[in-house]
Amino acid sequence: MLELLVLLVCGSILISGVLAVLLRNMMAAMVSAGLASLFAAVSYVLLAAPDVAMAEAAIGSGLATLIFLYSIRKTGGEGLGDE
Amino acid sequence: MSELIGNIVILVGAFFLFSAGLGLLRMPDVFTRIQAGTKASTLGNILVLSGLGIHHPDWALKLLIVAYFVLMTNPLSSHALSRAAHAAGAPMVGTVVDALRDEDGIAAKESSP
Amino acid sequence: MADIILQVAIVLIFFSIVFGVVRLVIGATAVDRVVAIDMLTVVTISLVALYADISGRFVYLDVALVYGLLSFLSVLAIARFLEKGP
Repeated sequence: MLELLVLLVCGSILISGVLAVLLRNMMAAMVSAGLASLFAAVSYVLLAAPDVAMAEAAIGSGLATLIFLYSIRKTGGEGLGDE
Repeated sequence: MSELIGNIVILVGAFFLFSAGLGLLRMPDVFTRIQAGTKASTLGNILVLSGLGIHHPDWALKLLIVAYFVLMTNPLSSHALSRAAHAAGAPMVGTVVDALRDEDGIAAKESSP
Repeated sequence: MADIILQVAIVLIFFSIVFGVVRLVIGATAVDRVVAIDMLTVVTISLVALYADISGRFVYLDVALVYGLLSFLSVLAIARFLEKGP
């Protein structure tokens, strides 16, 4: 049971990481990178490391997304139009 | 006995989470996806957390804080997302009356002359 | 009996995560993908809390609490950005 759950979460990390590289829209790519960090935190919880998971959730899923958003806003929003 | 009741509540909550995922996959346009994905997942999350509270009554305070955050923030984010989708001009399937667009059109017509 | 009910619940949550990831891959617009992220965060909070019950550790609930605080901030910032423009 636990092995299947870890496999699903690690496969989701892989899918969202590939998607963050391949997508042309900046907003969708940034959101996919945040999702990869979220699933990484879940895999840390499943592997019994809750403190690392808390740091990953706070920095990767919260702070990095806001910093990416700020930098997209500062560079004038290039690459947001095409899908 | 309380363990069986908690398990059944958790199972009902997990069914609502499953229906949230199914609605997110099968619905035809953005607004119905927002409606299915947000409301069903909020109810499922609160049912799962209350089932855990039946299992462990001493965890109740932290479970209540988590449920309070989800219950306060999830409708707010769905409202902001649907306004953003409407402002971006997302297509609607089978919508007859669009009151927000009519209101904006009237306001623009009044302010233009 | 009790373990079987919990395992069925975990399988249902499993399929919910699979459907959300499929919507993230095939989603037509950026708003679809943000909606998928929002739903996946709530499902993940439920999964972490359920795993805290199964393994019997109180500490895992803190991770769910941090998620509930932070995902809301990023989704709200993204929605405001999509509505008002850069």
